Amino acid sequence: MSNKEWPLYEVFIRSRAGLSHRHAGSVHAADAQMALDHARDVYTRRNEGVSIWVVRSSEIIASDPAESSAFFEPAADKIYRHPTFYEIPDGVENL
Amino acid sequence: MYTQGLDQKGEDAGRTAETAERLAAFQARIDAEEKIEAKDWMPDAYRRTLVRQISQHAHSEIIGMQPEGNWLTRAPSLRRKAILLAKVQDEAGHGLYLYSAAETLGTSRGQMVDDLLSGKAKYSSIFNYPTLTWADIGAIGWLVDGAAIMNQIPLCRCSYGPYARAMVRVCKEESFHQRQGFEIMLSLSRGSEEQKAMAQDALNRWWWPSLMMFGPGDSDSKHSAQSMAWKIKRFTNDELRQKFVDVTVPQAEFLGIRVPDDELEFDAESGHYKFGEIDWQEFFDVLAGNGPCNRQRLQKRQRAHNDGEWVREAARAYAEKQRRKAAA
Ligand SMILES: [Fe+2]
Ligand SMILES: [Fe+2]
Repeated sequence: MSNKEWPLYEVFIRSRAGLSHRHAGSVHAADAQMALDHARDVYTRRNEGVSIWVVRSSEIIASDPAESSAFFEPAADKIYRHPTFYEIPDGVENL
Repeated sequence: MYTQGLDQKGEDAGRTAETAERLAAFQARIDAEEKIEAKDWMPDAYRRTLVRQISQHAHSEIIGMQPEGNWLTRAPSLRRKAILLAKVQDEAGHGLYLYSAAETLGTSRGQMVDDLLSGKAKYSSIFNYPTLTWADIGAIGWLVDGAAIMNQIPLCRCSYGPYARAMVRVCKEESFHQRQGFEIMLSLSRGSEEQKAMAQDALNRWWWPSLMMFGPGDSDSKHSAQSMAWKIKRFTNDELRQKFVDVTVPQAEFLGIRVPDDELEFDAESGHYKFGEIDWQEFFDVLAGNGPCNRQRLQKRQRAHNDGEWVREAARAYAEKQRRKAAA
Protein backbone atom coordinates (compact mmCIF):
# COMPACT_ATOMS: atom_id res chain seq x y z
CA MET A 1 0.00 0.00 0.00
CA SER A 2 2.87 2.39 0.76
CA ASN A 3 4.01 2.60 -2.89
CA LYS A 4 0.68 4.20 -3.75
CA GLU A 5 1.04 6.85 -1.08
CA TRP A 6 -0.47 10.25 -1.87
CA PRO A 7 2.21 12.86 -2.59
CA LEU A 8 3.56 15.12 0.13
CA TYR A 9 2.80 18.85 0.19
CA GLU A 10 4.53 21.47 2.34
CA VAL A 11 2.13 23.84 4.09
CA PHE A 12 2.67 27.58 4.60
CA ILE A 13 0.27 29.69 6.63
CA ARG A 14 -0.29 33.44 6.89
CA SER A 15 -1.50 33.87 10.45
CA ARG A 16 -2.99 37.31 9.79
CA ALA A 17 -3.01 39.97 7.11
CA GLY A 18 0.24 41.90 7.12
CA LEU A 19 2.43 38.91 7.96
CA SER A 20 4.29 36.57 5.60
CA HIS A 21 3.34 32.95 5.08
CA ARG A 22 5.32 30.70 7.36
CA HIS A 23 6.12 27.01 7.08
CA ALA A 24 3.82 24.95 9.32
CA GLY A 25 4.43 21.34 8.33
CA SER A 26 3.27 18.99 5.63
CA VAL A 27 0.28 16.91 4.55
CA HIS A 28 -0.32 14.07 2.13
CA ALA A 29 -3.03 14.60 -0.45
CA ALA A 30 -4.14 13.24 -3.80
CA ASP A 31 -4.24 16.70 -5.37
CA ALA A 32 -3.74 20.39 -4.63
CA GLN A 33 -7.31 21.12 -3.53
CA MET A 34 -7.26 18.20 -1.11
CA ALA A 35 -3.89 19.39 0.17
CA LEU A 36 -5.47 22.77 0.99
CA ASP A 37 -8.40 21.09 2.72
CA HIS A 38 -6.13 18.84 4.75
CA ALA A 39 -3.84 21.73 5.64
CA ARG A 40 -6.85 23.70 6.92
CA ASP A 41 -8.06 20.77 9.04
CA VAL A 42 -4.63 19.89 10.40
CA TYR A 43 -3.02 23.28 10.94
CA THR A 44 -5.81 25.84 11.46
CA ARG A 45 -8.34 24.30 13.85
CA ARG A 46 -8.11 27.41 16.05
CA ASN A 47 -8.11 30.17 13.45
CA GLU A 48 -4.34 30.10 13.11
CA GLY A 49 -4.54 31.26 9.52
CA VAL A 50 -6.17 33.60 7.02
CA SER A 51 -4.37 32.16 3.99
CA ILE A 52 -2.67 28.88 3.15
CA TRP A 53 -0.12 27.97 0.49
CA VAL A 54 0.65 24.37 -0.35
CA VAL A 55 3.40 23.23 -2.65
CA ARG A 56 4.53 19.75 -3.65
CA SER A 57 7.52 18.92 -1.44
CA SER A 58 9.34 17.51 -4.45
CA GLU A 59 9.17 20.96 -6.12
CA ILE A 60 11.14 22.75 -3.42
CA ILE A 61 14.72 23.60 -4.28
CA ALA A 62 16.84 24.06 -1.17
CA SER A 63 20.40 25.14 -0.50
CA ASP A 64 22.66 22.39 0.80
CA PRO A 65 23.52 22.71 4.51
CA ALA A 66 26.82 20.91 3.92
CA GLU A 67 27.79 23.79 1.60
CA SER A 68 26.28 26.53 3.67
CA SER A 69 29.51 28.13 4.91
CA ALA A 70 30.84 28.49 1.36
CA PHE A 71 27.42 29.47 0.04
CA PHE A 72 26.91 32.30 2.52
CA GLU A 73 30.57 33.23 2.82
CA PRO A 74 30.46 36.24 0.42
CA ALA A 75 28.34 38.16 2.92
CA ALA A 76 30.53 37.40 5.90
CA ASP A 77 33.29 40.01 5.38
CA LYS A 78 31.12 42.95 4.30
CA ILE A 79 30.54 44.47 7.66
CA TYR A 80 30.27 47.92 6.05
CA ARG A 81 26.77 46.89 4.99
CA HIS A 82 25.67 47.40 8.58
CA PRO A 83 25.06 50.87 10.03
CA THR A 84 27.04 49.94 13.14
CA PHE A 85 30.20 49.93 10.98
CA TYR A 86 30.18 53.74 10.84
CA GLU A 87 31.35 55.97 13.62
CA ILE A 88 29.23 59.03 14.14
CA PRO A 89 30.73 61.80 16.28
CA ASP A 90 28.86 62.92 19.39
CA GLY A 91 26.59 65.83 18.69
CA VAL A 92 25.46 64.67 15.26
CA GLU A 93 21.79 63.80 15.39
CA ASN A 94 19.08 62.30 13.24
CA LEU A 95 21.52 60.09 11.35
CA MET B 1 2.81 12.22 24.55
CA TYR B 2 3.79 9.26 24.72
CA THR B 3 7.44 8.88 24.20
CA GLN B 4 7.94 6.15 26.68
CA GLY B 5 11.27 4.92 25.39
CA LEU B 6 9.50 1.73 24.44
CA ASP B 7 12.28 -0.09 22.69
CA GLN B 8 15.00 -0.73 25.14
CA LYS B 9 17.54 -2.43 22.91
CA GLY B 10 21.01 -0.93 22.92
CA GLU B 11 22.18 0.88 19.80
CA ASP B 12 25.79 1.01 18.77
CA ALA B 13 26.09 4.75 18.91
CA GLY B 14 26.66 5.50 15.24
CA ARG B 15 29.75 3.43 14.77
CA THR B 16 29.36 3.12 11.00
CA ALA B 17 31.49 5.09 8.59
CA GLU B 18 31.25 8.20 10.71
CA THR B 19 34.48 9.84 11.64
CA ALA B 20 35.23 10.89 15.16
CA GLU B 21 35.57 14.51 14.02
CA ARG B 22 32.11 14.59 12.51
CA LEU B 23 30.61 13.14 15.64
CA ALA B 24 32.49 15.65 17.78
CA ALA B 25 31.37 18.55 15.58
CA PHE B 26 27.79 17.34 15.81
CA GLN B 27 27.96 17.05 19.60
CA ALA B 28 29.46 20.55 19.76
CA ARG B 29 26.45 21.92 17.89
CA ILE B 30 24.12 20.13 20.31
CA ASP B 31 26.07 21.40 23.31
CA ALA B 32 25.82 24.95 21.95
CA GLU B 33 21.99 24.51 21.88
CA GLU B 34 21.94 24.76 18.08
CA LYS B 35 18.95 23.08 16.47
CA ILE B 36 19.56 20.26 14.03
CA GLU B 37 17.51 20.55 10.85
CA ALA B 38 16.34 17.87 8.45
CA LYS B 39 19.06 18.13 5.82
CA ASP B 40 21.94 18.58 8.29
CA TRP B 41 24.44 15.81 8.81
CA MET B 42 23.57 13.69 11.84
CA PRO B 43 24.79 10.37 13.24
CA ASP B 44 22.78 7.36 12.09
CA ALA B 45 21.90 6.46 15.65
CA TYR B 46 20.53 9.99 16.29
CA ARG B 47 18.35 9.66 13.20
CA ARG B 48 17.16 6.17 14.14
CA THR B 49 16.41 7.21 17.71
CA LEU B 50 14.34 10.14 16.49
CA VAL B 51 12.44 8.17 13.86
CA ARG B 52 11.59 5.58 16.49
CA GLN B 53 10.60 8.10 19.14
CA ILE B 54 8.63 10.46 16.90
CA SER B 55 6.79 7.69 15.08
CA GLN B 56 5.91 5.94 18.36
CA HIS B 57 4.67 9.27 19.59
CA ALA B 58 2.57 9.70 16.43
CA HIS B 59 1.15 6.18 16.68
CA SER B 60 0.20 6.87 20.30
CA GLU B 61 -1.80 9.94 19.29
CA ILE B 62 -3.60 7.94 16.61
CA ILE B 63 -4.37 4.88 18.77
CA GLY B 64 -5.14 7.26 21.64
CA MET B 65 -8.29 8.40 19.83
CA GLN B 66 -9.92 5.02 20.43
CA PRO B 67 -10.49 4.95 24.20
CA GLU B 68 -12.07 8.41 24.09
CA GLY B 69 -13.84 7.82 20.78
CA ASN B 70 -15.61 5.02 22.62
CA TRP B 71 -17.67 7.64 24.49
CA LEU B 72 -18.38 10.13 21.71
CA THR B 73 -21.89 8.87 21.04
CA ARG B 74 -22.65 8.50 24.75
CA ALA B 75 -21.42 11.81 26.10
CA PRO B 76 -23.88 13.04 28.75
CA SER B 77 -24.68 16.35 27.04
CA LEU B 78 -24.27 18.11 23.72
CA ARG B 79 -21.69 20.40 25.30
CA ARG B 80 -19.60 17.45 26.49
CA LYS B 81 -19.96 15.77 23.13
CA ALA B 82 -18.78 18.81 21.17
CA ILE B 83 -15.80 19.22 23.52
CA LEU B 84 -14.83 15.56 23.34
CA LEU B 85 -15.12 15.57 19.56
CA ALA B 86 -12.80 18.58 19.34
CA LYS B 87 -10.36 16.91 21.71
CA VAL B 88 -10.26 13.67 19.74
CA GLN B 89 -9.79 15.66 16.51
CA ASP B 90 -6.84 17.41 18.14
CA GLU B 91 -5.27 14.04 18.88
CA ALA B 92 -5.59 13.12 15.20
CA GLY B 93 -3.91 16.43 14.42
CA HIS B 94 -1.09 15.65 16.87
CA GLY B 95 -0.51 12.35 15.13
CA LEU B 96 -0.30 14.12 11.79
CA TYR B 97 2.08 16.87 13.00
CA LEU B 98 4.32 14.12 14.32
CA TYR B 99 4.26 11.90 11.23
CA SER B 100 5.11 15.03 9.27
CA ALA B 101 8.12 15.69 11.56
CA ALA B 102 9.27 12.07 11.37
CA GLU B 103 9.09 12.07 7.58
CA THR B 104 11.70 14.82 7.44
CA LEU B 105 14.17 12.18 8.63
CA GLY B 106 13.68 10.15 5.48
CA THR B 107 11.17 7.49 6.55
CA SER B 108 7.95 7.54 4.56
CA ARG B 109 4.53 7.93 6.13
CA GLY B 110 3.47 4.69 4.44
CA GLN B 111 6.32 2.80 6.08
CA MET B 112 5.42 4.12 9.53
CA VAL B 113 1.74 3.31 9.06
CA ASP B 114 2.61 -0.19 7.86
CA ASP B 115 4.77 -0.72 10.94
CA LEU B 116 1.89 0.29 13.19
CA LEU B 117 -0.64 -1.89 11.39
CA SER B 118 1.61 -4.94 11.35
CA GLY B 119 2.17 -4.63 15.09
CA LYS B 120 5.91 -4.03 14.63
CA ALA B 121 5.81 -0.47 15.95
CA LYS B 122 4.94 0.33 19.53
CA TYR B 123 2.72 2.99 21.05
CA SER B 124 2.12 4.17 24.58
CA SER B 125 0.96 1.48 27.00
CA ILE B 126 -1.75 3.74 28.44
CA PHE B 127 -4.07 3.35 25.46
CA ASN B 128 -4.44 -0.36 26.01
CA TYR B 129 -6.71 0.19 29.00
CA PRO B 130 -10.50 0.28 28.56
CA THR B 131 -12.79 3.26 29.15
CA LEU B 132 -15.55 1.66 31.19
CA THR B 133 -17.51 4.69 32.40
CA TRP B 134 -17.92 8.35 31.50
CA ALA B 135 -15.65 9.21 34.44
CA ASP B 136 -12.80 7.56 32.52
CA ILE B 137 -13.04 10.37 29.98
CA GLY B 138 -12.48 12.82 32.82
CA ALA B 139 -9.61 10.77 34.21
CA ILE B 140 -7.94 10.53 30.81
CA GLY B 141 -8.05 14.27 30.19
CA TRP B 142 -6.90 15.09 33.68
CA LEU B 143 -4.25 12.37 34.19
CA VAL B 144 -3.21 11.08 30.78
CA ASP B 145 -3.10 14.45 29.08
CA GLY B 146 -1.60 15.84 32.28
CA ALA B 147 1.21 13.30 32.12
CA ALA B 148 1.57 13.97 28.41
CA ILE B 149 2.02 17.70 29.06
CA MET B 150 4.72 16.97 31.62
CA ASN B 151 6.55 14.88 29.08
CA GLN B 152 5.95 17.11 26.07
CA ILE B 153 6.87 20.53 27.40
CA PRO B 154 10.60 19.72 27.57
CA LEU B 155 10.33 18.22 24.08
CA CYS B 156 9.57 21.72 22.77
CA ARG B 157 13.29 22.32 23.36
CA CYS B 158 14.40 19.07 21.72
CA SER B 159 17.55 19.42 19.60
CA TYR B 160 15.78 18.29 16.43
CA GLY B 161 14.04 21.35 14.97
CA PRO B 162 11.05 19.73 13.22
CA TYR B 163 10.19 17.67 16.32
CA ALA B 164 10.56 20.67 18.62
CA ARG B 165 8.28 22.79 16.40
CA ALA B 166 5.66 20.04 16.21
CA MET B 167 5.73 19.81 20.00
CA VAL B 168 5.16 23.55 20.38
CA ARG B 169 1.98 23.15 18.34
CA VAL B 170 0.91 20.11 20.36
CA CYS B 171 1.57 21.75 23.72
CA LYS B 172 -0.56 24.78 22.80
CA GLU B 173 -3.50 22.43 22.41
CA GLU B 174 -2.95 20.15 25.39
CA SER B 175 -3.98 22.42 28.19
CA PHE B 176 -7.56 22.50 26.92
CA HIS B 177 -7.47 18.69 26.98
CA GLN B 178 -6.40 18.56 30.58
CA ARG B 179 -8.85 21.21 31.72
CA GLN B 180 -11.86 19.60 30.08
CA GLY B 181 -10.91 16.35 31.83
CA PHE B 182 -10.53 18.04 35.19
CA GLU B 183 -13.87 19.76 34.68
CA ILE B 184 -15.55 16.38 34.16
CA MET B 185 -13.91 15.06 37.35
CA LEU B 186 -15.01 18.17 39.22
CA SER B 187 -18.65 17.84 38.14
CA LEU B 188 -18.71 14.19 39.14
CA SER B 189 -16.99 14.71 42.45
CA ARG B 190 -19.53 17.42 43.33
CA GLY B 191 -22.42 15.29 42.19
CA SER B 192 -24.39 12.42 43.72
CA GLU B 193 -22.78 9.65 45.75
CA GLU B 194 -22.89 7.45 42.68
CA GLN B 195 -21.12 10.07 40.56
CA LYS B 196 -18.48 10.55 43.23
CA ALA B 197 -17.93 6.81 43.30
CA MET B 198 -17.50 6.81 39.53
CA ALA B 199 -14.84 9.50 39.78
CA GLN B 200 -13.04 7.54 42.50
CA ASP B 201 -13.22 4.32 40.52
CA ALA B 202 -11.76 6.03 37.46
CA LEU B 203 -8.87 7.43 39.50
CA ASN B 204 -8.28 3.98 40.99
CA ARG B 205 -7.91 2.44 37.57
CA TRP B 206 -6.00 5.22 35.78
CA TRP B 207 -3.54 6.36 38.44
CA TRP B 208 -0.91 3.66 38.14
CA PRO B 209 -1.04 3.31 34.35
CA SER B 210 -0.59 7.10 34.18
CA LEU B 211 2.59 6.87 36.26
CA MET B 212 3.82 4.16 33.88
CA MET B 213 3.47 6.58 30.97
CA PHE B 214 6.84 8.08 31.88
CA GLY B 215 8.53 4.79 31.06
CA PRO B 216 10.85 2.56 33.08
CA GLY B 217 12.77 3.85 36.06
CA ASP B 218 16.08 5.58 35.35
CA SER B 219 18.14 2.58 36.40
CA ASP B 220 16.37 0.44 33.76
CA SER B 221 16.20 3.00 30.99
CA LYS B 222 19.09 2.24 28.67
CA HIS B 223 18.34 4.95 26.11
CA SER B 224 18.12 7.76 28.57
CA ALA B 225 21.77 8.78 28.87
CA GLN B 226 22.38 9.02 25.12
CA SER B 227 19.08 10.84 24.53
CA MET B 228 19.99 13.31 27.27
CA ALA B 229 23.43 13.87 25.73
CA TRP B 230 21.77 14.54 22.38
CA LYS B 231 19.24 16.83 24.09
CA ILE B 232 16.35 14.86 22.70
CA LYS B 233 15.37 14.37 26.32
CA ARG B 234 15.84 17.06 28.94
CA PHE B 235 14.68 15.24 32.06
CA THR B 236 14.83 11.61 33.07
CA ASN B 237 11.74 9.40 33.32
CA ASP B 238 11.85 9.44 37.11
CA GLU B 239 12.24 13.22 37.29
CA LEU B 240 9.18 13.75 35.11
CA ARG B 241 7.16 11.16 37.02
CA GLN B 242 7.99 12.90 40.30
CA LYS B 243 6.90 16.28 38.91
CA PHE B 244 3.65 14.75 37.77
CA VAL B 245 2.92 13.24 41.18
CA ASP B 246 3.80 16.52 42.90
CA VAL B 247 1.35 18.58 40.86
CA THR B 248 -1.43 16.01 40.62
CA VAL B 249 -1.85 14.87 44.23
CA PRO B 250 -3.09 18.29 45.42
CA GLN B 251 -5.57 18.32 42.53
CA ALA B 252 -6.95 14.97 43.68
CA GLU B 253 -7.25 16.40 47.19
CA PHE B 254 -9.19 19.33 45.80
CA LEU B 255 -11.53 16.91 44.06
CA GLY B 256 -11.95 15.03 47.32
CA ILE B 257 -10.95 11.69 45.86
CA ARG B 258 -8.19 9.42 47.08
CA VAL B 259 -5.05 8.49 45.17
CA PRO B 260 -4.89 4.68 45.37
CA ASP B 261 -1.47 4.44 47.00
CA ASP B 262 -1.07 3.59 50.70
CA GLU B 263 2.53 4.71 50.68
CA LEU B 264 1.82 8.16 49.29
CA GLU B 265 2.99 10.89 51.66
CA PHE B 266 4.38 14.37 51.45
CA ASP B 267 8.01 14.61 52.44
CA ALA B 268 8.48 18.08 53.87
CA GLU B 269 12.24 17.82 53.75
CA SER B 270 12.53 17.24 50.00
CA GLY B 271 9.31 19.07 49.14
CA HIS B 272 8.18 16.05 47.11
CA TYR B 273 5.61 13.32 47.49
CA LYS B 274 6.92 9.85 48.19
CA PHE B 275 4.95 7.18 46.42
CA GLY B 276 4.73 3.41 46.28
CA GLU B 277 6.42 0.97 43.94
CA ILE B 278 5.05 0.70 40.40
CA ASP B 279 4.06 -2.75 39.17
CA TRP B 280 6.58 -2.96 36.35
CA GLN B 281 5.49 -6.45 35.44
CA GLU B 282 2.13 -5.01 34.43
CA PHE B 283 3.89 -2.35 32.35
CA PHE B 284 6.03 -4.87 30.48
CA ASP B 285 3.05 -7.17 29.96
CA VAL B 286 1.05 -4.37 28.37
CA LEU B 287 4.02 -3.38 26.19
CA ALA B 288 4.43 -6.98 25.10
CA GLY B 289 0.88 -6.89 23.75
CA ASN B 290 -0.97 -8.44 26.67
CA GLY B 291 -2.80 -5.48 28.13
CA PRO B 292 -6.59 -5.48 28.39
CA CYS B 293 -7.19 -3.93 24.95
CA ASN B 294 -4.04 -4.34 22.81
CA ARG B 295 -5.61 -6.67 20.25
CA GLN B 296 -8.80 -4.68 20.01
CA ARG B 297 -6.91 -1.40 19.45
CA LEU B 298 -4.81 -2.80 16.65
CA GLN B 299 -7.68 -4.59 14.97
CA LYS B 300 -9.78 -1.46 14.99
CA ARG B 301 -6.97 0.56 13.40
CA GLN B 302 -6.40 -2.12 10.76
CA ARG B 303 -10.10 -2.20 9.97
CA ALA B 304 -10.30 1.59 9.68
CA HIS B 305 -7.28 1.56 7.38
CA ASN B 306 -8.64 -1.21 5.17
CA ASP B 307 -12.14 0.27 5.05
CA GLY B 308 -10.63 3.55 3.86
CA GLU B 309 -8.65 1.99 1.04
CA TRP B 310 -11.38 2.56 -1.58
CA VAL B 311 -11.55 6.24 -0.62
CA ARG B 312 -7.80 6.68 -1.07
CA GLU B 313 -7.97 4.81 -4.34
CA ALA B 314 -10.91 6.89 -5.61
CA ALA B 315 -9.15 10.13 -4.70
CA ARG B 316 -6.05 9.02 -6.60
CA ALA B 317 -8.14 8.08 -9.64
CA TYR B 318 -9.99 11.40 -9.56
CA ALA B 319 -6.74 13.37 -9.26
CA GLU B 320 -5.29 11.43 -12.18
CA LYS B 321 -8.39 12.11 -14.30
CA GLN B 322 -8.24 15.84 -13.53
CA ARG B 323 -4.56 15.91 -14.49
CA ARG B 324 -5.30 14.23 -17.82
CA LYS B 325 -8.15 16.64 -18.50
CA ALA B 326 -5.96 19.62 -17.73
CA ALA B 327 -3.22 18.31 -20.02
CA ALA B 328 -5.60 17.66 -22.92
FE1 LIG C 1 -2.07 14.62 21.96
FE1 LIG D 1 -4.15 15.53 24.35
